[in-house]
Amino acid sequence: MIVVADSMVIAVKVSGDIVTARQAGRELAAQLGFTLTDITMISTAISEIARNITSYAGTGEVRIAVEDREGRRALVVQAHDQGPGIIDIPRALEDGYSTGHGLGLGLPGAKRLMDRLLVESNPGQGTLVEMWKWVPPRA
Amino acid sequence: MPVPILKQGTYLIASVQSALTDADTERLQDDLMTYVSRYRAQGIIVDVTAIDVMDSFAARSLRTIAHMTKLRGAETVIVGLQPEVAFAMVQLGLTFEDMHTALDLEEGLSWLNKKLSSTRRHRDGNDRGR
Repeated sequence: MIVVADSMVIAVKVSGDIVTARQAGRELAAQLGFTLTDITMISTAISEIARNITSYAGTGEVRIAVEDREGRRALVVQAHDQGPGIIDIPRALEDGYSTGHGLGLGLPGAKRLMDRLLVESNPGQGTLVEMWKWVPPRA
Repeated sequence: MPVPILKQGTYLIASVQSALTDADTERLQDDLMTYVSRYRAQGIIVDVTAIDVMDSFAARSLRTIAHMTKLRGAETVIVGLQPEVAFAMVQLGLTFEDMHTALDLEEGLSWLNKKLSSTRRHRDGNDRGR
């Protein structure tokens, strides 16, 4: 794990890396003052999108950072891979749709767990999933 | 880290201590299947109190364990799901509808006792006169 200021990059190659990625997200979320419910939702969402990397692309990376989104501070998670890409993004965001052996809950589920989720992908050119949750205002 | 499994009478109690990797999950499946046969276990409790994330993969693995062991004659109950984990599972879309859950170990044991005593009575009835 590389820690550069408020940004971490976790290489995702084997299933153990999924645990590392979600624990890194959990720690950052706790430091930012998210509630335990939010922290659990964030780490569950990270687990799902990191799992997509190992299931569909083989390898990739998860980047977790604090950045501005729409004018507010957000915990931003990006999952990036050079895998086969997603042909039909709207369908991939539907519940129960899967081209693999999963339950088809990963992307739509992660979207419900976070405040926003965006997918950029072209067949043969990999996939970038970006999702975020706005940081709660400091009391 | 492998999940320790305790034998308590005809029950097996698996206490998940930390985040499960895929290898841990497979090992748990194999171990429980082996122990059900070796100890003729009729009930399995999987205690997930220590789990801070239940993603779709972990949930599917637990469901597989419950279904596999059911085919070997054992009932599985999942106990100790934390409130925030349950909340995130619902948001994710995981329901556990076809699984038995209980608040904690105590409730899980009492559910198994009730479930298995009614099964036993039923069996005795069918076997009468043989």
